[in-house]
Amino acid sequence: MATMVTSTKPATKTSPGSGPKIPGPNGNGSKRRDGFRDPESDANRYRIGMWVGLASVAMMFTSLSSAYIVRSASANDWIPLPLPRLILVSTGLLLASSVTLEVARRKLKAALSRPYSQWLFITVLLGLGFLASQLFVWRHFREQGLYVSSHPHSSFFYLLTGAHAVHLLGGLLGLTFLWLRSRRPITEKARLAKRRAAADSVSIYWHFMDALWIYLFLLLFLWR
Amino acid sequence: MSETHEVHRHPAPTGFIRKYIFSLDHKVIGIQYIMLALAAVVVGMVMSLLMRLNLSWPGTSWPILGTLFPTGAPNGVMNPEFYLSLVTMHGTIMVFFVLTTAPQGGFGNYFLPIQIGAEDMAFPVLNMMSFWVTLVGFIVILMAIVVEGNQGVGEWFATLGPSFAGGSGTVGPIGGWTGYAPLSALGRVAGPGQGAGMNLWVISIATFCVGSLLGALNFITTLLNMRTKGMSLMRMPLTCWAWFTTAVLALLSFPVLLGGGILLLLDRIAGTSFFIPGGLYVSGLLSGTNPNFPLHTGGSPILWQHLFWFFGHPEVYIAILPGMGATSHILATFARKPVFGYRAMVFAIFAIGLLGFFVWGHHMFISGMSPYSAIAFSVLTLSIGVPSAVKTFNWIGTLWGGRIRFTTAMLFAIGFVSLFVAGGITGLILGQSSLDLPMHDTYIVTAHFHLVMGVASIFGMFAATYFWFPKMFGRQMSESMGRIHFWVTFVGVYSIFVPMHVMGLQGMPRRYSQFTEYAFLQSLHPLVLFVTVAAIITVSVQFLFYFNVFWSMFKGAKAGDNPWEATTLEWNTASPPPHDNFAGVLPVVYHGPYEFAVPGAPRDYVMQTDVEVEAPSGNGHNGHKH
Repeated sequence: MATMVTSTKPATKTSPGSGPKIPGPNGNGSKRRDGFRDPESDANRYRIGMWVGLASVAMMFTSLSSAYIVRSASANDWIPLPLPRLILVSTGLLLASSVTLEVARRKLKAALSRPYSQWLFITVLLGLGFLASQLFVWRHFREQGLYVSSHPHSSFFYLLTGAHAVHLLGGLLGLTFLWLRSRRPITEKARLAKRRAAADSVSIYWHFMDALWIYLFLLLFLWR
Repeated sequence: MSETHEVHRHPAPTGFIRKYIFSLDHKVIGIQYIMLALAAVVVGMVMSLLMRLNLSWPGTSWPILGTLFPTGAPNGVMNPEFYLSLVTMHGTIMVFFVLTTAPQGGFGNYFLPIQIGAEDMAFPVLNMMSFWVTLVGFIVILMAIVVEGNQGVGEWFATLGPSFAGGSGTVGPIGGWTGYAPLSALGRVAGPGQGAGMNLWVISIATFCVGSLLGALNFITTLLNMRTKGMSLMRMPLTCWAWFTTAVLALLSFPVLLGGGILLLLDRIAGTSFFIPGGLYVSGLLSGTNPNFPLHTGGSPILWQHLFWFFGHPEVYIAILPGMGATSHILATFARKPVFGYRAMVFAIFAIGLLGFFVWGHHMFISGMSPYSAIAFSVLTLSIGVPSAVKTFNWIGTLWGGRIRFTTAMLFAIGFVSLFVAGGITGLILGQSSLDLPMHDTYIVTAHFHLVMGVASIFGMFAATYFWFPKMFGRQMSESMGRIHFWVTFVGVYSIFVPMHVMGLQGMPRRYSQFTEYAFLQSLHPLVLFVTVAAIITVSVQFLFYFNVFWSMFKGAKAGDNPWEATTLEWNTASPPPHDNFAGVLPVVYHGPYEFAVPGAPRDYVMQTDVEVEAPSGNGHNGHKH
């Protein structure tokens, strides 16, 4: 009995690691040439990290919106919010910023460094415009006597727009960083790959914030 | 021999501050996390001892407590609020700052990059930030103790605003580690332990969430992007799978707690009513009739429970999965056998992680939930038993017929399996809503989660410490001290928690500060005393562990590069590893992680980097299934 189970032959054969002697095809390292890590897949970590980070941002807004949906149905104190016109201006500005950022990214891909920098700058301005417009929306609500503690719908309005604005501010910092960097010309392949990956990840974030805003807008004004 | 490749070498930092304090090196950050956990666990242990003292000898005067907390323990006699805040802070500190930091942030940070053959984490700056943010969270939770426990500090803190008044004379906020609303949401009006300390508690937890998120993001990206040549997913050590799954759980569950924490803080300081229902009558005041208690309407306390436990249940797997990974790794190494059913182990880890997101309701059976939802949560909860049983079976299968080397690390790994089974069995009982209803607020729940989540995870970390210490510090820990530590701790924890099952079945309620008023519980008093004595002995022997760690760092026997004859990449490099882990040469992987007892191999094991092995013919076709 004991000898039967201590015989490790079958165990070794079926253990998944005892595969072919050549290195497997997986791992970023397998794309290395000349002994270095491949710069393209090395830079890919920025894109992966951004998607992973956005998963957690999405979870936070999911938790807040599930709270919103539960709270809106849990008592009779839910009062609809008036839709201020200014918020449509905010939405327009943010949508426009996504378009200009996409134009900027095209210019970077085409290795046009000056237009890339200019379009980035326009995007930053549009982003700032969105934040300013949101501030005016807040002031408009306060003038109407709607504060954080007025009723649950107004609490959620300030909370969700505030949380979105904080995240958007992070995106603006990223854009400003890209813009400052974009004015320095580079030619080295590894650093170019890194710049492209950084631009990609910031734009993934920015478009996500754009889509998130559309979602929050619909949730806040159309759900109940 | 192993084939090698050059990488860019980052020069190692030379100044003390860059090298040991604000370090970007994942190894230093890992040790920082472990040191944080070692400090936090002392605070948590002292609190549990104080609770035991009060339960065993209620009304006794402990003069030192009277000096430190004149209001919470007048003349050294603990009052019930003091006890309740001990419950709260013990739970919070242990769950967040010990069970979440050491297994993942500590050992995961140190060994994940080395085991996949990377020179560091993907984002070293984020890694450093995640530690410092976590440390800020710890400092804030310590501040909560001082602000709530000391009148002077509490009054000074009150100048920040009316909602920041503290100084209720307890040793911290009261609310349990779960911080249930509406008690936690009302503010100072709700009584002792509800002032500034509770605000700081929420802020500390939110800060901790941010730190953990940064860490989780880094772990996932590192594992996906930085594996070395030949390190396919199915060639990763099970520790890496466990850390990866843990990171995914943290990434998806901590944001939910963060969202809930923001809502709770707004209820406390901004006058909102997310969790506070209308018409509350608290401390002789009706909501809305007094400036100290503004009007609240329509909030849902159950909503907080849902948000909290949606995080809280994955959190228990965040605590235990790294221990499972370390146990699998160590059992295979010292049984000198491949892990039994490697693939099944990987899928079981993932199944546990996935199911962990759909069972949070089993913490809320007594919240008045619909019996139909309770059945759904029950069935899902019991189904976690399947992957858990797969893991247990495979651990025993790994041990079966092995040539076991009973090192201290191995003893603790076997202890982990034992505790996981002993604590997990009661999970099957408590997971059924009909059985949970009468048992939920008794000591049987305390016994269950301490065995399976608390002590088992800690055993996983002890095993990891004894196993990896030689790699981390280049010296062996004392095995004889380790053996004493193991046996006393092992017998000790069973002596503490097995009697608690009996107490629970007799109906002894948890969270009560004393039981002198209940005639039906008097017969249990000898058992309570026995548990306290066992706890004192078990806590004392932990100081032997502390001594062993710090003594061995300087005086332990020198360890070679591979003292345990193990196979994974960390044993390829020097002990301790150089700044970039592999001295500028990334390893290339040719084998799976657990090739022990290989027939025909020159040694009884094959390292992952070994190229030439006189393996039996046909080896290449059997193992790697495409």
